Amino acid sequence: MKIFGYQLPSLTSLILWGILWEIAGQLKLTFFLPPLSAIFSTLMEIGTSRVFLKALTETGYAFFAGTFLAIVIGIPVGILMGKSRLIDELLLPWVNMFLSAPLTALVPVMMVLFGFGMKAIILTTTMFAIWIIVLNSRAGVMHINRSLIEMARSFGATPMDAFVKVYFWAALPEILSGVRIGFIRGVKGVIIGQLLISIVGFGALFELYSGQFMMKHFWAVLIVLFSISFTIAEFLSHLERKVAYYAAQR
Amino acid sequence: MMSHNTTNDNDQAVAVRDVYKSYGDVMALRDMSLDFPRGQLTSLLGPSGCGKTTLLKIIAGLLSADSGEITVNGHPITGPGPDRAFVFQDFALLPWATVLRNVAFGLELRGVAKSEREAIAEKYITDVGLRGFENKHPHQLSGGMRQRVGLARALSVDAQVLLMDEPFAAVDEQTRRKFQEDLLNLVKHENKTFIFVTHSIEEAVYVSDQVAILLPRPSRVSEIIRPEGFRHKDADSIRRDSEYLDIVDRIWASLRTYVE
Amino acid sequence: MMRYRSYLLTFLSACIVFGSWEIAGRIPVSYAFPTFLETIAAFWTLLKNGTMFVAYFETLKPLVVGVLISSFVGVGIGLAIGLSRMSDWLLSPIFVVMQTAPLAALIPLLVMIYGIGLTSKVAVVIIMAMPVIVLNTGGAVRNTPVSIVEMAQSFLGTRRDVIFKIILPAASPIIFAGLRLGVSAGFIGAILAELKITPTGVGDIITYSRSIADYPSMYAAIMSIILLAVIFLNVLERIENFLFKGAKHVYASD
Ligand SMILES: Nc1ncnc2c1ncn2[C@@H]1O[C@H](COP(=O)(O)OP(=O)(O)O)[C@@H](O)[C@H]1O
Ligand SMILES: [Mg+2]
Repeated sequence: MKIFGYQLPSLTSLILWGILWEIAGQLKLTFFLPPLSAIFSTLMEIGTSRVFLKALTETGYAFFAGTFLAIVIGIPVGILMGKSRLIDELLLPWVNMFLSAPLTALVPVMMVLFGFGMKAIILTTTMFAIWIIVLNSRAGVMHINRSLIEMARSFGATPMDAFVKVYFWAALPEILSGVRIGFIRGVKGVIIGQLLISIVGFGALFELYSGQFMMKHFWAVLIVLFSISFTIAEFLSHLERKVAYYAAQR
Repeated sequence: MMSHNTTNDNDQAVAVRDVYKSYGDVMALRDMSLDFPRGQLTSLLGPSGCGKTTLLKIIAGLLSADSGEITVNGHPITGPGPDRAFVFQDFALLPWATVLRNVAFGLELRGVAKSEREAIAEKYITDVGLRGFENKHPHQLSGGMRQRVGLARALSVDAQVLLMDEPFAAVDEQTRRKFQEDLLNLVKHENKTFIFVTHSIEEAVYVSDQVAILLPRPSRVSEIIRPEGFRHKDADSIRRDSEYLDIVDRIWASLRTYVE
Repeated sequence: MMRYRSYLLTFLSACIVFGSWEIAGRIPVSYAFPTFLETIAAFWTLLKNGTMFVAYFETLKPLVVGVLISSFVGVGIGLAIGLSRMSDWLLSPIFVVMQTAPLAALIPLLVMIYGIGLTSKVAVVIIMAMPVIVLNTGGAVRNTPVSIVEMAQSFLGTRRDVIFKIILPAASPIIFAGLRLGVSAGFIGAILAELKITPTGVGDIITYSRSIADYPSMYAAIMSIILLAVIFLNVLERIENFLFKGAKHVYASD
């Protein structure tokens, strides 16, 4: 988009939407849409409150624990699948199935098996994030140039050496993109968990504020949450671009 | 066809006058002027990045020049026109369409009725040697066959000027030689003007009535060579002709300083 | 032998998984973990007494309506984004943010606005399904290979010709893939709506059987919805491969 020959950066239109929102809010078009400025001043108020910080840490803890599990399990499993045809053929149908399955349906299983607390939320997050990480790590390994592997073998690399020094690094571009999508799915998982399993963290705030019709508070938390997840996604895609230079020449 | 307002442009099918073109601060063409004689094949020869594609797309009307004028049959061009047809380096075939529809596509865009355009397409499919492949899709063809489809499509709209951008660059060497011989026949039998981009010296000398050597950015014509002595010879003996070899050597000598 | 290897291994791996499920259920690892056979039996009962069919009729209603709306609106917006820089600048960021955001958080708001009826559920399906459809369509249209567009222009194609004869056919494999991903996201939305807003359809079987500790029925209902989604998406993928076979590997100048 160009204005007077000047290239507007992408995402700048969000400013325009923000202004429209503010106007709609000032005009009191609907109760559900308070002015953006009022939302931000509410955000300043609650941003440092105990309730908010508690919700933030609870959600952050569940999210990072869940995605951490997904990464430390998902990457090795994916690499193994890429290396061994037998393991691949045994696991691939399940991975593909869970990748596209509506995992929300499995949340009640998490509840009855792991209780109505943090444990179930963390595992729900893991369950959302892990499949794409597995599949991308597998794809990364499968793209590795055969001669790279033979090189490692010919120089006498042990299987462990080969795993850590060749497979992981050669597959890194795909692994990173899997981790990025895994993180995005993990954020969705953690919120779904907090809404369905037990009402804690941000889930609790949404319930609380919507139940009491505190629209400014509701939007304030929503904006924080959306900004955080967008920032995480952007940060990871930035990392991904940094290694993309060698993705083309393996 | 006689044009009225020009005198010596009569035998020039295409004339390029003082053309400038930049992309941002990259100047691709500076003060480019060149004539393309009617009924002949003119090659644009030069190292890659020197602006050959740019010039060709400007003549095709796909790009507009910053300044300068391009005339076809004495008329300044304003955009793509029915008097010119393009053959693309990467073939530019529709992957979802059959060979028949691809060849007829130029006519389809001109609104020619289906039965009529398919009859014309059939003729050119036969001419380029693809009879029997009418209902195949591009991915079922080899690179050389795909380019024949591209060629048949350009021929079937019966434009007077054929613009070819490195048409044989993406086909293997054997096919390429066959194509070059076919091209010579085409120039001889179809009364068309060919503008042919290549970066192969041998290819340019082999197929051209006139070779325009372009030097790198901003591009200009350094020399025009007319390899005429061996034009009457048959396809095979040209490659052994001494004048042919001399010209190839001479061009290489003048280009080598630009190639590190 | 080699030809059947992959089927054989799939079968083997199913045996391993269902076998360990059965064993784990018999130990039992948890009071809430029925055996595989119990679950299959419960599934059969739900199927036979018709509960399943009634439930799916309920569940599929918001899903179908929501996916249809998102498809038409989403492809439309995606086309606008891909064809005009102005709408790209204006609209893309919204869908990019939606794509990365945990939209489930909007459910309490949707309930406030639309109540707990069908409208809310349809709305959940739409916000889940729409972003991926829009972004896929927009990207596909924007990335139409330049050379075939120039080809059409050089043969005097009008803007209309270029859109309908070049851009749309070239983009359709990716648009279709976007629709498939939209359906997948729609399933998530539909189930989420039933578990969160009001238990109806399959969500009702799940919630109710959990509350009376009828775990085999609960697992059977969950298994059925996952199977349904996976099979349906698989069929869509096959249709896609059939419709667009060969279309994918010919764009690059090979
Ligand atoms: N769309 C474009 N934007 C910016 N620079 C371009 C573009 N197309 C070509 N160029 C530049 O213009 C010069 C001439 O390009 P081109 O005409 O494609 O050369 P050739 O066909 O002789 O290889 C090159 O240096 C190229 O980098
Ligand atoms: Mg070029």
